[in-house]
Amino acid sequence: MSLAKRIIPCLDVDNGRVVKGVQFVDILDAGDPVEVARRYDEQGADELVFLDITASSDDRETMVHVVEEVASQVFIPLTVGGGIRELSDIRRMLNAGADKVGINTTAVNNPEFVRQAAARFGSQCIVVAIDAKQVGDGRWEIFTHGGRKPTGIDAVEWAEKMASFGAGEILLTSMDRDGTRDGYDLALTRAISEAVAVPVIASGGVGTLDHLADGVIEGRADAVLAASIFHFGHHTVQEAKDVMSARGIEMRALDV
Amino acid sequence: MATVAVIDYGMGNIRSVSKALEHVSGGTRVVVTHEAEAVLQADRVVLPGVGALQDCVSELKRLGLDEVIRESVRNKPFLGICLGMQALLDSSEENGGTKALGIIPGETRHFTDQLKTVSGTDALKVPHMGWNQVHQVKPHPMWQGIRQDSRFYFVHSYFVAPADDAVVSATTPYGFDFTSVIDQENIFAVQFHPEKSQHAGLALLANFLSWDGSN
Repeated sequence: MSLAKRIIPCLDVDNGRVVKGVQFVDILDAGDPVEVARRYDEQGADELVFLDITASSDDRETMVHVVEEVASQVFIPLTVGGGIRELSDIRRMLNAGADKVGINTTAVNNPEFVRQAAARFGSQCIVVAIDAKQVGDGRWEIFTHGGRKPTGIDAVEWAEKMASFGAGEILLTSMDRDGTRDGYDLALTRAISEAVAVPVIASGGVGTLDHLADGVIEGRADAVLAASIFHFGHHTVQEAKDVMSARGIEMRALDV
Repeated sequence: MATVAVIDYGMGNIRSVSKALEHVSGGTRVVVTHEAEAVLQADRVVLPGVGALQDCVSELKRLGLDEVIRESVRNKPFLGICLGMQALLDSSEENGGTKALGIIPGETRHFTDQLKTVSGTDALKVPHMGWNQVHQVKPHPMWQGIRQDSRFYFVHSYFVAPADDAVVSATTPYGFDFTSVIDQENIFAVQFHPEKSQHAGLALLANFLSWDGSN
C-alpha cells in the first residue's frame, strides 16, 4: 500500500474569524483563517477542515468569503462543515473553492438529503459527520446539538446507511472523548471503519501525538483530525508525522 | 499575452483550478469559460471536473464543447484533470455504461470490482482518497522538477484503463497499479488533482503553462 494516512487540523470559524485560541509563535493575526491555513499548509497538513460555528445566516456569507480567500492561497483539500442545510449551500461552498462539505444534523433530520447531494455533486465531496456517544458495551448512538440530544440511532448502522446513500467519507467524533485529551475512542473508530467501505476520519479527544498514531493503527482510521494539539503550538503537524512514521505509518513528506 | 482556457461546464470546483493556475501563471492569462470561441482562441486548454461522468459528457455536448475539445487536442497543449481525464476515453462503467468522448481508446472502470480480483485488498477503501505516489514510467516535459514517486492528492472511485499501454505516462499503486497519468501527443491527463497537491501539483501546473505540446 502506498496511500498515505492523512493529518487534518480542524479550525472553528465564527463570523469569519478562527476561534478557540490558535497560537503560533510568529503569526501576525492568529484569528485570520488565511494566516492559520497557510501556517498548517507549510507544516505539511494533508487537508484542512473549517467548521462554521456561526449561528446566524448573515454570517454564513462571511464563511463563503473565508473559503474563497483560503482557496486562493492554500492548495490542499478543504472541507467546510456547519450550516449545510440545502443543496444550494453545497453549491456555494464548492464554487467558493471548498472540495468537500460536512453534513451532520441535516443528514439526521433528512437522510435523503445525503442521497440527493451525492447524486448532484458526487460522493467525493460529501462527508457525513457523525457525533456518537457510547450507550452500552460495544454500542454507540448518534447525538445531535453538540452531543446533548440523543436520536436513538445506532452509530454503526448509521454509518453504513450514510455510506450506502452516497457519503464519500465519514468524519467520526466521539462525544465522550471530545475535549478530554484522553485519545480517540478507538473501539468506536474501529467498529465504524471496519463496517464501511469509505474512508473514516477519527476525531475527538487527541491529547498526544501517539493518540494520532493509535487512531490509525488500532482505530483503523484513514485520516486523523485534531484541533487544540496543533492550535496551541505544542506540536507541529511535522512532529505528528514524524511520530506516526516512526510507528510504521505511511505519511506524506513535504518535499516535491 | 498567452492565455489558458479552463473549461467551465458547471461541474465541480473550477475556482480551485483557476486559482492554482493564476498562482503559477507568470505571464499567462487564465480564462474560465464555457464559450467555444474562447476555448478555440486560447493557447492551451484545461478540462477539469469532479462528479458524475454522465452529467459531464452531456453538459459538454449541450454546450457544443465536445467538438471544441476534439479540435483543441489536435493543435495545442491540453490538460485533463480527474473527470476531465475520464471524459477523454471511449466509455465508462459509471451508471451502467456511459459513452464518453472517445479521444483516447479505452474505458473507465470502478475500483470495487477490480479490487475483488486482487487478493489481500479487502481493507482498501473506495473512494481512493488521499495522497498517493505517482510513478513516472517514462520521461516527459511535464515531469520537470518533480521527483519520481511524488505524492499527489486523489479522490475518485473510477480509474482509466487505456487500450494502448503506450499512452500510460504514470501509474499509482492501490491494490494494483492503475493508470494515473496518460500522455498522447498534445494531451496530458491526470487522475489526481494538481490544484490540490501543494508543491508537486503547482510544479506540474507551471510545467503545463510552459509545455509546447511535444514530448
